[in-house]
Amino acid sequence: MKLLTHNMLTSHVKGVTKGYPLLIKATEVKVNEVEFNPQFVSRMIPKLEWSALIQAAEGVGHRQDLPDTLVSNYENDEDFLHKVHRVLLEVEVIEGSLQCPESGREFPISKGVPNMLLNEDES
Amino acid sequence: MEAPVENVRREKKSKKELKVERRERKTQQTLLRHAGLSTTQKPSQNLVVSNGGLGNGVSRELLLEVLKEGGAVKSLLMPPNKPYAYVTYASVEDGQSAHRLLNGRVLRSQGQEVTLYISYVEKVDSEVSGVSPLPSGLSVLEEFISVEEEALLLQAVDWTSHTEELTVQKELKNRRVKHYGYEFRYDNNNVDKDKPLPGGLPPECGAVLQKCLSEGHISVLPDQLTVNQYQSGQGIPPHVDTHSPFEDTILSLSLGAKTVMDFRHPDGRSVAVVLPRRSLLVMKGESRYLWTHGITPRKFDVVPASDAEGSGVVTSDPSNLTLSRRGMRTSFTFRKIRHAPCNCVYPSMCDSQRPPSPPSLPVADSDACRLETQYVHHVYEEISAHFSSTRHAPWPKVRDFLLSLRPGDMLADIGCGNGKYLGINPQIVTVGCDRSVNLVGICAERGFQAFVSDALNIPLRSSSFDACISIAVIHHFSTKERRLAAVEELVRLLKVGGRALIYVWAKEQEYNKQKSKYLKTNKNQENTEEGSGSEERKPVQENRECNVSGLEEQPAEKVSETKLSVHTNRTVFASQDLLVPWHLKGGKNGGVETACESEDRAAATSRQDRVFHRYYHVFQHRELEELCCLVKNVKVRESYHDQGNWCVVLEKTQ
Repeated sequence: MKLLTHNMLTSHVKGVTKGYPLLIKATEVKVNEVEFNPQFVSRMIPKLEWSALIQAAEGVGHRQDLPDTLVSNYENDEDFLHKVHRVLLEVEVIEGSLQCPESGREFPISKGVPNMLLNEDES
Repeated sequence: MEAPVENVRREKKSKKELKVERRERKTQQTLLRHAGLSTTQKPSQNLVVSNGGLGNGVSRELLLEVLKEGGAVKSLLMPPNKPYAYVTYASVEDGQSAHRLLNGRVLRSQGQEVTLYISYVEKVDSEVSGVSPLPSGLSVLEEFISVEEEALLLQAVDWTSHTEELTVQKELKNRRVKHYGYEFRYDNNNVDKDKPLPGGLPPECGAVLQKCLSEGHISVLPDQLTVNQYQSGQGIPPHVDTHSPFEDTILSLSLGAKTVMDFRHPDGRSVAVVLPRRSLLVMKGESRYLWTHGITPRKFDVVPASDAEGSGVVTSDPSNLTLSRRGMRTSFTFRKIRHAPCNCVYPSMCDSQRPPSPPSLPVADSDACRLETQYVHHVYEEISAHFSSTRHAPWPKVRDFLLSLRPGDMLADIGCGNGKYLGINPQIVTVGCDRSVNLVGICAERGFQAFVSDALNIPLRSSSFDACISIAVIHHFSTKERRLAAVEELVRLLKVGGRALIYVWAKEQEYNKQKSKYLKTNKNQENTEEGSGSEERKPVQENRECNVSGLEEQPAEKVSETKLSVHTNRTVFASQDLLVPWHLKGGKNGGVETACESEDRAAATSRQDRVFHRYYHVFQHRELEELCCLVKNVKVRESYHDQGNWCVVLEKTQ
């Protein structure tokens, strides 16, 4: 699971109102190099929940001094885009879990795949 | 052979003529209505002879004899089962003379008086529908036995004894039956394989069976014989011989008289086949497993006129049909008892491959969940590797949709399967999810972003996607409420202005006269790809009416309305809610069996295959659109049929 995907995921446990962002509990994290495309990354940034990304990057130990709040005019800041690229697309959680911030329900991540299935009484 | 002809001349012309005229007008209207054919007052060489049809018992020979009084007959068309015939004379004068002489003529045919009414027609519809081929696997071998052998076999049947030994004594209204080798039980349409009848097959059958063997019609000698004796007017309802008690090839000798046997395919095709006296009928493969066969109870058959003793398909060529009176026919049907469950490729007709207890169509949500768990989720987990190996080519129109997205767009593929759409457009961000852990695992191995989730409760942020696709997913939900919920969940993910593409399998597999790929694909590729379904030719209700599982005669076990039926791949859908079989080839799970596994699994395992059944709700024309219209804040932007699927593009409007 890349952090870009994590940024889109939310807890969907029945009754939960604040299920975002999911807390990452990683036991294995990998960094896979991906071709850098600054244009692509700058297109992604406005679609992100920035604070959730920073929190996730922090949690897996790959924050790389990215700021708490999004800077303006990042489109031309290649260094900044490169760091975002790394966090969004290169860092992957292989094993661990995702935890719902409200209910505490944990969803396992195995071989890079989060299993978000709920039991009957949770949906 | 024909009943005596008696032509009765008209008397009291004027009064009769009035009646005839009235009749003529009435006939004219009836014809207009039924045949789309118009009669005319203008003399012509073409005439229609009302009441002079095969359908009301007038034979070609009888009618021809009368018509010749009018002049030189150029052609006589007698459409099957119709109460009229068309005659064309060599000249208009002959036509006029026939009209004058024969209108109102009374024939005596088969003990009944029939009055002919004759009208001119401008032209005769001589449309001959093409000769339908024999059902696949069927052959009729003429003069297979000699007159002497026929007599010997008929003498071999002792109709008086043995009845007390039968376990179930069922009176068969329409014919006499006797069993050898094993008793066929009409109460359960099966045989008791542990209880062979004493005596085996009559020794008189030895020679003919050896001939079948040496000519290669069979590879092992049959061990069960059913002798049926039909009086004229008797028949047997359409049925498929139960699969599980008998092996593939079924042989049937016609003795004493010929008959016409009707074969019917579940898609509505039907073929009438003449079985001449002393011929051998061989049914193999499709004709044995999928087509029903039966004999209509009647005293006369419509048969080809020119080759009255020949075998084969009764064409609908109306210039070559007449009636043949049935005599007493005795059939010897030889079958080989099957000891392993049937593993044919026609599961809809196969009692061995029927799910252990077919589920009912759910009403309550909890039942729906249970059905989908067993007949969708578990199945995909089991077949994932094999399934994935059959899913690589993206459907072109889905691909077009994905390529139409703008760079940087966010896409969610809900029900992504093995991820065949996740990498189509590298300019966008794509996440996929699927209910199957194994399929998502395949996506991850291929380097795609995917997670495991149910489509009714997707763990993705609301209003955050530019596009969603749901390809071949929503047809797996078993209630309308759940199908609607699945669409609503897709829409929830969309931003305002975002679009969702939905594909579901269509009940209509033939659209704009184009058959879907599904129908055109080779039958041997038995596993289904949605997005290829089945042609809609005729409502397949007939399937229900006929005795699908039963052998001979009893109105077999009726499939309860609420039970889901099993679909035969590459054929028409018989209903909207059904179970579609998946034949799992080999595979790592192939040998694993547990005690509770069903019989059909054991059956399939016997050939290293297992059969799974996936639940589908196939959508009717407009049904998907109507479903989407129930969702708030959505507009249907496009709606189309693509290779056996119904498809819509939705846009979220606010």
